[in-house]
Amino acid sequence: MNQDQYKKPLPIPQPESDFYWEKTKQHELWLRTCKDCQKAYFYPRDICPNCFSRNTTWIQASGKGILHTFAIVHRAPASAFKESTPYIVAIIELEEGPRMPTNLIGVKPDPTQIKIGMQVQVVFEDVSDKFTLPKFKLNQ
Amino acid sequence: MSINRKKIAIVGVAESDKIGIVPEKSALQHHAEAAFNALEDAGLSKNEVDGVFTAGVSTLTTAEYMGIHPKFTDNTNVGGSSFVIHLAHALAAINSGYCEVALITHGETGRSARWRSNGADYNRPDSQYEMPYGIIGPPVTYSLACARYLDQYGENRTREAMAEIAVATRKWAGLNPKALKREPMSFEDYHNDRWITWPFHRADCCLVTDAGAAIVITTEERAVNLRKKPVSILGAAEGHDHRMISQMPDLTSFVGKHTSKRALEMAGVRHEDIDLTMIYDSFTYTVLLSLEDLGFCSKGEGPDFVKGQRTAPGGDFPLNTNGGGLSYTHPGMYGIFLLVEAVRQLRGEAADRQIQSHDIALINGTGGSLSSTGTAVLAIG
Repeated sequence: MNQDQYKKPLPIPQPESDFYWEKTKQHELWLRTCKDCQKAYFYPRDICPNCFSRNTTWIQASGKGILHTFAIVHRAPASAFKESTPYIVAIIELEEGPRMPTNLIGVKPDPTQIKIGMQVQVVFEDVSDKFTLPKFKLNQ
Repeated sequence: MSINRKKIAIVGVAESDKIGIVPEKSALQHHAEAAFNALEDAGLSKNEVDGVFTAGVSTLTTAEYMGIHPKFTDNTNVGGSSFVIHLAHALAAINSGYCEVALITHGETGRSARWRSNGADYNRPDSQYEMPYGIIGPPVTYSLACARYLDQYGENRTREAMAEIAVATRKWAGLNPKALKREPMSFEDYHNDRWITWPFHRADCCLVTDAGAAIVITTEERAVNLRKKPVSILGAAEGHDHRMISQMPDLTSFVGKHTSKRALEMAGVRHEDIDLTMIYDSFTYTVLLSLEDLGFCSKGEGPDFVKGQRTAPGGDFPLNTNGGGLSYTHPGMYGIFLLVEAVRQLRGEAADRQIQSHDIALINGTGGSLSSTGTAVLAIG
C-alpha cells in the first residue's frame, strides 16, 4: 500500500525499537527478554522493567497467544479511523508471557462471537512501504 | 503517617462563573474566574496566595495570567486525578513551611476550544504501540478494561450495574442547577443508547464540557478567621502503576486499592464512618471498579452493591451528588470538581441535593488509563 493513501498514525520508532519494527517488516515478531530474571516483556526497552537488569536480549516470539481482552470501536477516536468503524481493539497475552496491544482482524465485530481466552495467531499487515503492523486473528 | 502535623483545611471552593457549554471563555479565563470565586468564598486576597498548583497547563502560564509570584509551585500531571493529588502536595508543602496559602486551579475548554492537539507525543510509547491500532483516548482504553471485568464477573449483572449508576447519577444532576444533563434518564433510555465503544453506550461515558474550578487551602490556625467553616484534610494518598492500558498490571483492579487504604489509615476513618463518597466517574464502569477497590465491597460484588438505585437521591449510599462527570460536567480532567462538591456537602451548602448526615467524605480521583489515583478523606470542622 502506498504511504500516501494510509492516513492512520504510524509509529515513529525510537533507537531502542528500530529492531522491533525492522523485524515486523520481515513478518517476524520479536520481544525483549531478561537473561537474569528470565522474563520476556513488551514493549522493547534495553533495561528490564522487572528486575532492572541490563543483561537483556531479543527473542523471536511464536506469534501465538490468547485474547486477554477486546473492545469494539464504533465512534472513531480520530478521523483517520472513521472508515474502519466498527473495528476491534485487543490486548493479547503472548505465549511467552507479555501482553501487547493490537487489532483483532478477520472476524465480525460482534461481542457475542468473540470470547476472552480464545486462541489467536499473529498476522502481519503491511500498511505502508516502511511499516508493518503485527495484528492478530482467531486461531481456528 | 506523620506528615499531617499541623491541621490543614480547605477554606475556599468554587467553579468558574459559567460551566457547561461556554464558547465565549478561554481555559485561562476559567482558571482565573474560579480562583477569584474561591478566594472570595474563603475571604482571602490573591496577594496572600504563595503556593500554586495546576495540571494540563504550566503554572508558569496560570500564575502569570493571574499575577501571582509563588514561593511554591506544583505542576504534577498524572491525568484527571491530579487535582486530588495536589491536595496531598499542598498539605505536605504547608506542613514543611514552603507556603501557607495554596491555590489549586483548573480550567479547560474540552467542548469549545478553538485549537486542540491530537494528543500524540511521538516520543511516548503509546504513540508507537497503541495509537497505530486506533487505541486512542479513554472511551477505547477503559472499554478494554471493562470488557475483561464483564468476562470475569458476569456480563448481565455488570451491565445492569452500569445502568444503575448512569440512572442514579442523572437523578442527582436533576437537583444541581449547574449540571449540563438534567433531563431524567430511564433504564430503557440507557439500554437503547448508541455504542461509543462496546461495552460502553454513550450513557456510560462522561460529558465533554467547558469548566473551571479552584480550591484554597491553608492552616487551621489561619482558617479560624476566614469566612467559611474549614474542611479538614484528614488523609490523602496518591499512586500510579502504568500509563498505557496494555501495561496495566491487572485490568480489573487499580491502584486505588492502595491509595484508599493509606488515606483512610492516615485519617483514622473506617468505611462505615463515611457520609459521602465522591468517585471520579469518567465512565459508569470506573465507579463500579472504584467501589470495589476502595474497599466498600469485595471484588466482583460491585454490581450487587449499587442495586436498586442505592446511590441515587434518597438512597442509603450518597454518591457523586453533583451529578458527576456523567451528567454535571467533565471538561477533560474532572478531579477538582469532586473536591468542590465534597466541601459544599460537608458545609451544608448543597441546597436541593444536600445529604442529611454530612461529617466525613471520601474522594477518589482517577487519571490516565485507570493509571493513577488520588484519595482524600475530608471532615467538617
